[in-house]
Amino acid sequence: MTGEDRALQIGERRFGSRLFVGTGKYATWELMKEALAASGSELVTVAVRRVNIDRPEEPSLLNYIPEGVTLLPNTAGCYTVEEAVTTARLARAAGLGALVKLEVIGDQELLWPDPVGTLRATEQLVQEGFTVMVYTTPDPVLAVHLEKAGAAAVMPLGSPIGSGQGVLDVDAVIKIRARVQVPVVVDAGIGSPADAALAMEHGADAVLVNTAIAAAADPVLMARAMKRAVEAGRMGYLAGRMPRRGASASSPTEGRVSQPAGA
Amino acid sequence: MTLTVNGERREVPDVATIAELLDHFRIQHQAVGVLINGEVVGRGDFGTAPVREGDTLDIVRFVGGG
Repeated sequence: MTGEDRALQIGERRFGSRLFVGTGKYATWELMKEALAASGSELVTVAVRRVNIDRPEEPSLLNYIPEGVTLLPNTAGCYTVEEAVTTARLARAAGLGALVKLEVIGDQELLWPDPVGTLRATEQLVQEGFTVMVYTTPDPVLAVHLEKAGAAAVMPLGSPIGSGQGVLDVDAVIKIRARVQVPVVVDAGIGSPADAALAMEHGADAVLVNTAIAAAADPVLMARAMKRAVEAGRMGYLAGRMPRRGASASSPTEGRVSQPAGA
Repeated sequence: MTLTVNGERREVPDVATIAELLDHFRIQHQAVGVLINGEVVGRGDFGTAPVREGDTLDIVRFVGGG
């Protein structure tokens, strides 16, 4: 056993790193660039927003993305199928290719995905030739529907976006992993390296982390920690966890000094 | 001419194409997306896609997000 892992494939693309990261909420672009590099991530999300017409010379985020990293535009903030589809089309028209992270949100306070709108938008975007990575509720049945609709990856939330509450339903990751062929990426809610490792140990093919890195006291160090946590979690998954059970002595039960000889 | 750009009504000098409008606003043509009356315009079409009186446009770019 060499511990060699195969590359993660999403659509036509292959990724050596199983840590995907977001670009929101960094104090400065320079800090973001350093954190992205430290994370080793090869897939980085960006949002699509209106240009500030009165300040067109604002520096572009795209100048601060490390070499060789693939950009994954999201449809964050979209509440309808139409908004999400239009946002994806805009991203593709702007030159980012056909890869998109679909988000259709159904509840403004919870930032909870709208399962119905998400499925419809997936169908539409797949029909238009997009490679759709779908942000979704941690619902095993919906994940199967999304895969049937042509999703290139399903991205169940660990807990609400930006909450840092971790992976609240780890069993859901196992259930989803067992039911779909496409990669499962735990997205949203990961607050610490332990959370990322937990998701990976339970079979997630990758995790997507934004706030946990951007809002850390030292984002660059946290990016490095997340990288290692994802690698450790993945290795732990491949290695196969021991079953949970009752107490079982690790040391020999024979030959203890208090035992009579030959007992 | 009067246009609605990114949600605001704006008076701009007469322009014929999206490329001219972007130049007017001094917006670089790279890595921007344009929606005109709800229709996405491909980057290759900025130079030919017409802008008409009263049109509604959205001009977007990529920003930080998760």
